[in-house]
Amino acid sequence: MQVNGYKPKIVAFCCNWCSYAGADLAGSNRLAYPAEVKVIRVPCSCRVNPMFILRAFQRGADGVILCGCHPGDCHYTSGNYYTRRRMALLFSMLDYLGIEKERTRVEWVSAAEGAKFAATMNDFVQTVTALGENKRLEDLRCKK
Amino acid sequence: MQKITREVLIAKADELLKNGTVTKVLGLKKGEFSYDQTPTVFTDIESMKKDFVFDDFSGANFSKYLVKETKKGEGKTLVFLKPCDTYSFNQLLTEHRFDREKVYVVGIACDGMVDIKKIKGALGDGVVSVDCSTDTLKVETLYDGVKEIAKADVLAERCRNCKSKKHVAYDELIGEDGEVVASNRFDQVEELEKMSADERFAFWQNELSRCIRCNACRDVCPACTCEKCVFDNPNSGVQNKAAANSFEEQMFHIIRAFHVAGRCTDCGECSRVCPQQIPLHLLNRKFIKDINGFYGEYQAGEVEGSRAPLVNYTKEDLEPSEAVNRGDK
Repeated sequence: MQVNGYKPKIVAFCCNWCSYAGADLAGSNRLAYPAEVKVIRVPCSCRVNPMFILRAFQRGADGVILCGCHPGDCHYTSGNYYTRRRMALLFSMLDYLGIEKERTRVEWVSAAEGAKFAATMNDFVQTVTALGENKRLEDLRCKK
Repeated sequence: MQKITREVLIAKADELLKNGTVTKVLGLKKGEFSYDQTPTVFTDIESMKKDFVFDDFSGANFSKYLVKETKKGEGKTLVFLKPCDTYSFNQLLTEHRFDREKVYVVGIACDGMVDIKKIKGALGDGVVSVDCSTDTLKVETLYDGVKEIAKADVLAERCRNCKSKKHVAYDELIGEDGEVVASNRFDQVEELEKMSADERFAFWQNELSRCIRCNACRDVCPACTCEKCVFDNPNSGVQNKAAANSFEEQMFHIIRAFHVAGRCTDCGECSRVCPQQIPLHLLNRKFIKDINGFYGEYQAGEVEGSRAPLVNYTKEDLEPSEAVNRGDK
């Protein structure tokens, strides 16, 4: 996915039990999703500290997506319920500071939803590509 | 002016020190100027009579000092708490940060505190002393003699939108207990929300770029009581004193506000101590407003032992995508 030579950098935090397996399934089903997406495996979506998301932006990410089990299906029973509250507040705060809200997203992808994983990633990369480079939450020291 | 005077508080401290209820008193003493007050611990009544102050500038929230003070030696600490301070007190108790048995709380009614920065903003620098014995402050300045200013015009930000005159925790009260006030403390947050994303970004860029990373907001915050702070971690990349660029400023302030989200009682100390006058309470209030809107009204510290919204959940909580799109509807 490319607009005038621009390729976004996308960080996807995927929970080990659902979304990471979903990504695997997308692969074994030969469903294509953009190579710009860098998957980081986390034990649970609630492992993701708000600082991780900001840090990803600092180090040059243009978009950050967080994938976890569907609410109710958490491997640890309730982890993603906490994620949901945290991220709702964090995203609302980022929006309040004037940072484009399209750059962050939470999606629930189960281990059986390889197609959803690929579709979500395609859509997210498209959205971020349209937005262009992340200027508002970047650390110039981390740019080459 | 404050209806409760310094003498009343000294008499109460004298009584409690004499009958052995408490062994020390947390209070403010006069600094270089009358409006410039320093928190201190008094152990005898003579030094209190000499140095203790309580007037329109005694805005400091003493709840946080109890965390360290109660760990020092035996005996109870006497602390005078304004209504808003008692919320922080309750919140710290909820988090088991100190032993309730080692504190003796005297709740004092509050008539609103004054912000010296606002006086200086209106009348210029060079304020020598301020006479706040009436509701018209007489400000003695170095260059223009004595000037008058109405107290209502220079009220501290948090007092302008006072949320409660009710003490939620005390052993004893001086003065009358008030009620929870219906304040319009979210009006500025709403104004910001109405702006476009570009305007908001410009607003915060302008405010946060003044940050000198003195960490005063963190150090004074009664909700920030971690023994080791994430921002002191040399590997965090943000431990430097001066923020190196705009990312660091935003990062620090987002995370600082996020760490107290759901536990912030909106005591307004962060904005009071900020030497750069950054409206930090607007970040905290955004979280409070969101929490109230998303998960139901919640006032941190109102009930001891209540469960903070971020360590709780319901199965029907709204999705993060809905949270950010609310403003568009």
